[in-house]
Amino acid sequence: MRKFLLVLLLAVSPLKAEIYNISQLDLKSHQGKVVYLDFWASWCKPCQKSFPWMNSLLEKYPSETFTIITVNLDAEPDAMHQFLSKVEANFDIYHDPSGRIADQFEIEGMPTSYLIDSSGKVVKKHIGFYTRQVDRYEREIEELL
Amino acid sequence: MKAGYYWLVVCAVLIASGCSSLGVKPWERNLLAREDMLMDADALDLAFDEHIYFSKEASSGGQGFAGGGCGCN
Repeated sequence: MRKFLLVLLLAVSPLKAEIYNISQLDLKSHQGKVVYLDFWASWCKPCQKSFPWMNSLLEKYPSETFTIITVNLDAEPDAMHQFLSKVEANFDIYHDPSGRIADQFEIEGMPTSYLIDSSGKVVKKHIGFYTRQVDRYEREIEELL
Repeated sequence: MKAGYYWLVVCAVLIASGCSSLGVKPWERNLLAREDMLMDADALDLAFDEHIYFSKEASSGGQGFAGGGCGCN
């Protein structure tokens, strides 16, 4: 009975994304882990496609060595909240409405993601998200783990 | 004379850098990605335009384009 209740509780309370202000982003605090840093926006369809895949990565790789950080670039926070009410996200989201961090990372398209190794060095940059290249993305992550 | 050169250099740098921040950043394309911003968003309006171009200018097509404006395709 207790087990059943626990399963029920886990089923009704899925992991939810925590939303932070971009000023709270501290990439140095994640040193020692491989970081998949993703820049996205609610109006970008390929970004939406990448969400289930990013959720699956968190289940696939151990949280001690791998993490996903995403940066939302919607100027309107409402658009972001509306998107998140429809699309499941199990990772932390930092809201950057002015694109300050996006400018620093020289984003060329949406989404753009960076693979950062455990020493904090940017190793790979992906512009766009292509489901046919998911195997390559995962291979690149596994090489760093 | 030297001051003239100095001002010439200053003006050249200012003019050259004037266009450095033009354009829309990828994360600012949300308005451009809206469906009603498409060239062919309104079918009736498109039909009128097509008719005008065809009858007055003997040209047709080229009213729409693919892609959502995210710059990733």
